[in-house]
Amino acid sequence: MHELSIMQGVLDIVRDSAVQNGISRINKLKLVIGSLTMIMPDSLRFAFEVLSQDEMFREADLQIEEVPAFIRCHACNSETAQEDAYCFVCSGCGSNQVEVVKGREMYLDYYEGDCV
Amino acid sequence: MVQVNMETHLLGANELLARRNRQLFKDHKVLVINLMSSPGSGKTTILERTIEALGGQLRLGVIEGDLYTDQDAQRIEKKGVKVIQINTEGACHLDAAMVGKAYGQLPTDKMDLMVIENVGNLVCPAEFDLGEDFTAVVISTTEGNDKLRKYPLIFRQAKAVLLNKMDLLPYTDFNLERFKNDLDQINPSATVFMVSGRTGEGIENWTRWVFEEVKRKNPF
Repeated sequence: MHELSIMQGVLDIVRDSAVQNGISRINKLKLVIGSLTMIMPDSLRFAFEVLSQDEMFREADLQIEEVPAFIRCHACNSETAQEDAYCFVCSGCGSNQVEVVKGREMYLDYYEGDCV
Repeated sequence: MVQVNMETHLLGANELLARRNRQLFKDHKVLVINLMSSPGSGKTTILERTIEALGGQLRLGVIEGDLYTDQDAQRIEKKGVKVIQINTEGACHLDAAMVGKAYGQLPTDKMDLMVIENVGNLVCPAEFDLGEDFTAVVISTTEGNDKLRKYPLIFRQAKAVLLNKMDLLPYTDFNLERFKNDLDQINPSATVFMVSGRTGEGIENWTRWVFEEVKRKNPF
């Protein structure tokens, strides 16, 4: 349920930045969301549709890059993809002494716009 | 066409305020625990028991988070502890701004331990840093074994996991062995406490551990 407020925050950040850069129309927004976050890309897309009705965002395209989880094993030093979000165990050696290296991302990468 | 690179964290505003809270808690030498669980796991009862055990030794403060009502705050107040109620009015989690504001209404430089009881929810609160020293998550035997695997993030981040309603264990299908195995895969470094808020069973182990954590942050 917090995707709506997160998307509102994203649009506020972009709007502020666009105004500073003399950009009046946004064409594209790119977000990066890891699979281990509690943020659902589909809910973000829905929130974007609802919130992007004004002049600045009407034509904008939302692109979301989803980052799969990767863990690094402290026992055998290998880095492996993590398909189960709940099972933090090295698929190489079975150790549970692992660290999440990818999958916790949630950031606005860039936006593109025009000065009309 | 202009491309503007941002690399801005989506919860950037919250992260900033959480850092500010954390610095305040450090300056005021107060240990802060963010207590989370699903609705009905027994957070408030455990908190009442914790106050009964530690109230004589430590100066306590509580922030209560609920969508509506101040029923939990009233329960805590009866234990003689200063409590601030936050009503999120529909929001599914507390954020660092709400906590910063509520904290200002407590006797900030006269507390050893502050517990933030988050909104009952295993999903959203996990993403919002409040500036706490650590999180403690309550799960109860009546909720079933599947909660750990269904909501791994909140359990992965927890320093302590309390398994509550141990008095009801014989009447449920909760499997202790499976619980331990699952937690070992999700968060092997979590300290586990098996408790019953109703009977008080196991609460002493938890409160003794909390007391040690308070002393570790702020040696008297």
